[in-house]
Amino acid sequence: MDWSTVQLWVGALLTLMIFSFLYKDNPFYKFAEHLFVGVSAAYWMVQGFWQQIVPNLLAKLAPGSFENIIEAARGQQPELVYIIPLILGLILLTRLIPSIAWFSRWSMAFIIGYTAGSNLPRYLVSDFIKQVEKTLALPLVATHADNWLQWIMYSVSNLVVFGGVICGLVYFYFSKEHTGAFGRASRAGIWVLMVAFGASFGYTVMARISLLIGRLEFLGSWIRSFT
Amino acid sequence: MGFLEKLGRLDRRWIFLLIAVSVTIPLMLQRPAPVKPSPIVRNLYTAIDALPPGSKLLLSLDYGPSTVPENDPMAHAIARHALSKDLKLYVMTIWATGPPLISNLFETVIIPGFPNKTYGEDYLNLGYKVGNQGLIQSLTSDFRNQYTQDVGWGDIAARPVGQIPMMSTIRTIKDFDFIAGIGSGQPGLKEWVQFAGDPTGTPVGGGVTAVEAPLLYPYYPTQLVGLLGGLAGAAEYEALLVENHPEFGEAAQVALIRMFPQTVAHLVIVSFVLLGNISYFAQRGRRRK
Repeated sequence: MDWSTVQLWVGALLTLMIFSFLYKDNPFYKFAEHLFVGVSAAYWMVQGFWQQIVPNLLAKLAPGSFENIIEAARGQQPELVYIIPLILGLILLTRLIPSIAWFSRWSMAFIIGYTAGSNLPRYLVSDFIKQVEKTLALPLVATHADNWLQWIMYSVSNLVVFGGVICGLVYFYFSKEHTGAFGRASRAGIWVLMVAFGASFGYTVMARISLLIGRLEFLGSWIRSFT
Repeated sequence: MGFLEKLGRLDRRWIFLLIAVSVTIPLMLQRPAPVKPSPIVRNLYTAIDALPPGSKLLLSLDYGPSTVPENDPMAHAIARHALSKDLKLYVMTIWATGPPLISNLFETVIIPGFPNKTYGEDYLNLGYKVGNQGLIQSLTSDFRNQYTQDVGWGDIAARPVGQIPMMSTIRTIKDFDFIAGIGSGQPGLKEWVQFAGDPTGTPVGGGVTAVEAPLLYPYYPTQLVGLLGGLAGAAEYEALLVENHPEFGEAAQVALIRMFPQTVAHLVIVSFVLLGNISYFAQRGRRRK
């Protein structure tokens, strides 16, 4: 029995163990679930170490010691500025020692501060300013179309997007009572939200069926290996 | 208890079984589903197709084994398309689960499909780096600081980027002509739009799992050139690819074949949704009486 056959059998048996949950919870499912979590954690750690910590930290601090592993380190001078991320990384591990665990907050503060600082402007531009800009710049009547049918479709589409955004915002505006025309716009906003959730649900179903197809294809290749 | 009430109390395991059967039988037929490409997919295809030979396409495989059935056909179709157009293909990942997917792409698509292409000159494996969107952001100012060397492939050992012909003109992300992200979560295509496409103006397109697709649609068409939403998007891209490159044959129709069981399963699910609603309203009507 060669290695690929062993891989195929292990994969197939673990797949069946996971599927067994559909009947009811059982020890086989639990075993496969725990194995998956453990292997995943170990895999992520090994990848992080060899793909990032070794080439981008250790090989920069002591290139001579790593030139046999990292070709790019050959002939390079140590870059001592990398001591800072090394120290921040090490004190992150103080969480494992309760008496000095508070040290790790410095690293966490750095990580959170950097992430917030770098994400905020990008989210603001991409997810807010550009989206508002696009919605406001949308012509209510289509300006480009190949034929009248397309013109009607584009115009209706633009009106739905514009009206949907306005009604959706109205629904979340709670400083005014939702009565009269405002109330009708708010109810239309609920419809817009429901349609959006429905579309997301439909897509989720498609995603889950795709995964099922992938697993059944794999089980099919396992069964074919018997012959 | 009437039929509709019984239906409302049906053990859900029967539904699981029926879904399994509705997927298995069409899957055994291995028949490609008829698919009509939508404008959002066609735009992505056209954008990549319009790149002149020698253009640099960065393909980032930001997903894991759990979404391979959806994402692999996207990545494989775009890689096939890029290499058939003589584009320079740079493959990387910002997910730790990505490296085996890159190996699979090389083994199943590039090596057998494009034997005349040379590693380091036509395609490159940049591997995985930690850092999520922080990594993408740093690539906009200095690509080589993060990628000091490639990962190599097979018997080809990793080399410093200075020795790789394909890397001679790469300094920042702006040096790429197109960024194609294939993702299944965070970080993924959304982050490529936010942290690479929007600030640098480099065209971004790609594909995501169906679960994530609704989150990406608002970026189209100004921030995102085109989008492959789930297996359906991958199938539409494959349909365009096979139409224009019939030489790829069945190997490039993986998503098209998977769309047939997908369609049957959807019909079963829609039927159950309808029956469930009929049962619910019938029971509610009886309670009111």
